Amino acid sequence: MTISAERPTDTVVPHETPPTPPRIPWAQRPGWMSQHLGTAIVVGFIGYVFGHWLGNYIASGYPYIVNSGQNSIADTLALAFMVVGWLLGVGALNYPLAKLIGREAPAEVEVKGWSKYFRYNTDHKVVGLQYVVGVILFLFTGGLLAMAIRTELLNPTTHVFGPGTYIEIVSEHGTIMMMMATSIVVGPLGNYLVPLMIGSRRMAFPRIEAFSFWIFMAGYAVIFSALPYGGFTTGWTGYAPLQTQNGPGMVSYLLGFAVVGLGMMAAGFNIAATIINYRAPGMTWSRVPIFVWSILATAALLTLATPVLFSAGLFGLLDKTVQTAFYVGEHGGSSYLWENLFWFFGHPEVYIMALPGFGIVGEIMPVFCRKPVFAYKVSAAGMIGVALLSFFVWQHHLFQSGINPDMRPLFMLTTELISIPTGFIFLVGMGTMYRAKIRFEIPMLFAMALFFNFLIGGITGVFLSDVPVNVTVHGGFFVLSHFHYTIMGGLLFAFMAGLYYWLPKMTGRMMNKKIGLWHFWTMFIFFNLTFFPMFIIGLLGQPRRVFTYAKNLQGLNDFSSISAFLLGFSFLIFAANMVWSLWISPQKAPANPWESLGLEWQTATPIPLHNFDRIPVILADPYHYSEENPPAVADLGEDLVVTAASSDSNPS
Amino acid sequence: MSDATTSNDAPVVHHLRRMTSIWVVLSVIGDLLFWFLVGPHVPPGAMTDQAVSNRFDFNILFVIALPVMIGVWVYLGYVIVMWSEKRSTAPAFGGPEARGNRRTQVLWITITSIAVLFAAGFGTVELIINNGSGGGEGPNPVWMPTGAAQAETAALKGTATWAPGSDKVLPVQVIAQQWKFTYRYPTFGGFETPNLILPVNTEIAFNVTSLDVIHSFWAYQLSVKADANPSVNDVAFTKTEHTGNFTVRCSELCGLWHGAMFDYGKVVSQSAFESWATSTEAANAANTKYLPPFAWTYVPDANGAAGGYYPDGNLTPYSKSQLYGAAQAAS
Repeated sequence: MTISAERPTDTVVPHETPPTPPRIPWAQRPGWMSQHLGTAIVVGFIGYVFGHWLGNYIASGYPYIVNSGQNSIADTLALAFMVVGWLLGVGALNYPLAKLIGREAPAEVEVKGWSKYFRYNTDHKVVGLQYVVGVILFLFTGGLLAMAIRTELLNPTTHVFGPGTYIEIVSEHGTIMMMMATSIVVGPLGNYLVPLMIGSRRMAFPRIEAFSFWIFMAGYAVIFSALPYGGFTTGWTGYAPLQTQNGPGMVSYLLGFAVVGLGMMAAGFNIAATIINYRAPGMTWSRVPIFVWSILATAALLTLATPVLFSAGLFGLLDKTVQTAFYVGEHGGSSYLWENLFWFFGHPEVYIMALPGFGIVGEIMPVFCRKPVFAYKVSAAGMIGVALLSFFVWQHHLFQSGINPDMRPLFMLTTELISIPTGFIFLVGMGTMYRAKIRFEIPMLFAMALFFNFLIGGITGVFLSDVPVNVTVHGGFFVLSHFHYTIMGGLLFAFMAGLYYWLPKMTGRMMNKKIGLWHFWTMFIFFNLTFFPMFIIGLLGQPRRVFTYAKNLQGLNDFSSISAFLLGFSFLIFAANMVWSLWISPQKAPANPWESLGLEWQTATPIPLHNFDRIPVILADPYHYSEENPPAVADLGEDLVVTAASSDSNPS
Repeated sequence: MSDATTSNDAPVVHHLRRMTSIWVVLSVIGDLLFWFLVGPHVPPGAMTDQAVSNRFDFNILFVIALPVMIGVWVYLGYVIVMWSEKRSTAPAFGGPEARGNRRTQVLWITITSIAVLFAAGFGTVELIINNGSGGGEGPNPVWMPTGAAQAETAALKGTATWAPGSDKVLPVQVIAQQWKFTYRYPTFGGFETPNLILPVNTEIAFNVTSLDVIHSFWAYQLSVKADANPSVNDVAFTKTEHTGNFTVRCSELCGLWHGAMFDYGKVVSQSAFESWATSTEAANAANTKYLPPFAWTYVPDANGAAGGYYPDGNLTPYSKSQLYGAAQAAS
């Protein structure tokens, strides 16, 4: 990697028109007869039916219930073949299959217009936008389930749902939201922005990138299939003897995590490889944008932690299908094995959901503060530190579980140590705002809200990590509120900040500011009104995942429920803003609406297929705001780019 | 805590001094209000030694946390009021000084590290001196009240005794199953009852186990929480201080009726407990003889599940006929 600021001679890439492929196979031809979302659904359905038939054919003697004709093998194979069919149908397997039978893979055809968003597309910008829609689908599904939960909790004795339906809803809400949260920033913004920010023309493995999106959506189908199967009663944690006891819905859960896990691993190593190897000349580690640092730390976690979840899910599936006994105590397994494997993944997972949020606020705060980011190195160190420490804390989820008590002080210490690198992020944010000239645009409001929310979420984490206090707060609404404050109050607010900030680049259209303000204020206020009372509810003794509770807690629960409905309404405002600003009354976005120095804003709009006509040479980090003679950020091959205004003159 | 930072720049100190004074005033007021008005009412109350000390821990952490939160909030508020682009007339602040200030960074890292290490050390001390703080310590507890080991051993051998004023540890077994708790009192012949009655001023050793899935025994006012794992004996200690009623809830998702898995217990005077226990022992005697012999775990095989990882302490293995009745023909 060249780190010289001189432009190397070999970075000039001549314009080349790709040679027209001699023969385009029908499956690749643009048009409705080729491969797209529709064929994916059809072939996925065929795969489901085939898998179900196959399972019943080879294992008809092992039903859940005598003569029901339903067995775990049929359910597992049905869902597994559905996923394979889905991938076949969308064309994700064309390339590997062609290579497998010794043929040259067909050339890829550039699809123009809207239909590319419904296809297997290897352009990271298309994948990014596909992910935006995908995670919003997850988010709104999970959000609807949350509304159902709060409806049930309006009254301790009058029930809207039966206990069975209620626990299905709770489990499904948790699982879908967890899957969503692993990808909500890495998927849409990570894929879209990382190559632009590091001056690359593409991701390291574009096919793997597209694969990660399509298998993520297959995961949605798999986890959603739990509902028609009758759901599962274990919550998103899937603890073992209960897991073994559960019916077909559990197969959806286990396979769903395995499938989404595949996508997470694929996305993780692809992004890590891209950041490490595809940085433009001059993009040294001390110039890499904060957001890229956070995505790198997250990608490392995705790559290293997810295999544990994947294996744990496969063990569970083996227990269910071929009667192994990984988690069955009576036959030599252990329910602690699941608890440990799950949380060994599950705690890094928590930081998979926190770090990208830190990255977004670290990235956009300097823009709206018109100041360089404060303590850049501390910020990068904080993210790497959090990522490393996150592998050493998992047993704090098991403080009361009866594991070896000797280890408790150690895990209390490691858990509390994480507050030090997390504190770095606060130092960076607060230092950046110091004596700034702040523009209170919507992204900045969301970013500041993250500091407000994450402060509460983080500090309550210290209470939870204290073993004596943990006795009261473990497994109750206190911990529930804590992680909603970190994941929703942190990550989701950061995601919104990122969307409002980068959608003008991604779509070429500005989000409406007035509706955006309504969205921000309703979301911020009702988020806090929903979840703050839950700390008190938890301290007053309400366990998680209950459909009934003490009568004296009804007032607080009702307050929380009504706020939750209004919080749900704020998401409708967000949806309305998307529809209004992108389709009904689109306003063309300026080339650089926020006057950012970031490399991603220096490209033409719409961004050409290969991002940069010439590989840029990076000359400085993108945080030289409010300097009298700021150095040029990058040499794009035309003129030296200092501010975004000149990006209009870029050739597109 | 950010407000404690200083800078070399003259007008800078001005801002920070202002913020610091607001912060100090608000923090002192907030902490005092919390400590004296809210602190005494913080759950889980004062029914046991563990509840008192766990509440003390919570309050200490809160008194540290509140100034941190107030610090950030004051800072955010100050930022919003003073440094918006519209209102701020000060010249732009940029350059190397704005990119990082070594003193600020070192100070920040030092202060957060000290706070964190203090919290961890304090938590560890509290955990150890309170015999595990009422949390489940698993089958081999390391922090326990004096006499607990002897009482536990005696309970298993059926030789345990307890009388008012004897100052002995009272072992109580909690058996969780979908979806209720039952309790066995090995000191009183091992009878099993759905009612949890405890004597006051007594060290209690809860031995928590499960017959099916993972539950969690949460005696809220006692500040006891221990997961009930099948084939595991999870031990938690608490010392009762006051008489009264307490709530028991399952706090680990255990299936369909998890939300309805709760009951109520009572801490009563030592003599009342003894008379209740002896009368229940007598009333239940006819049933007790059909129960499995008292053991730490029950599922699924009295020889100890999973090849004896958590043996029930029975020294002579049960014969097949003892376990399953008369030998049956192979099917």
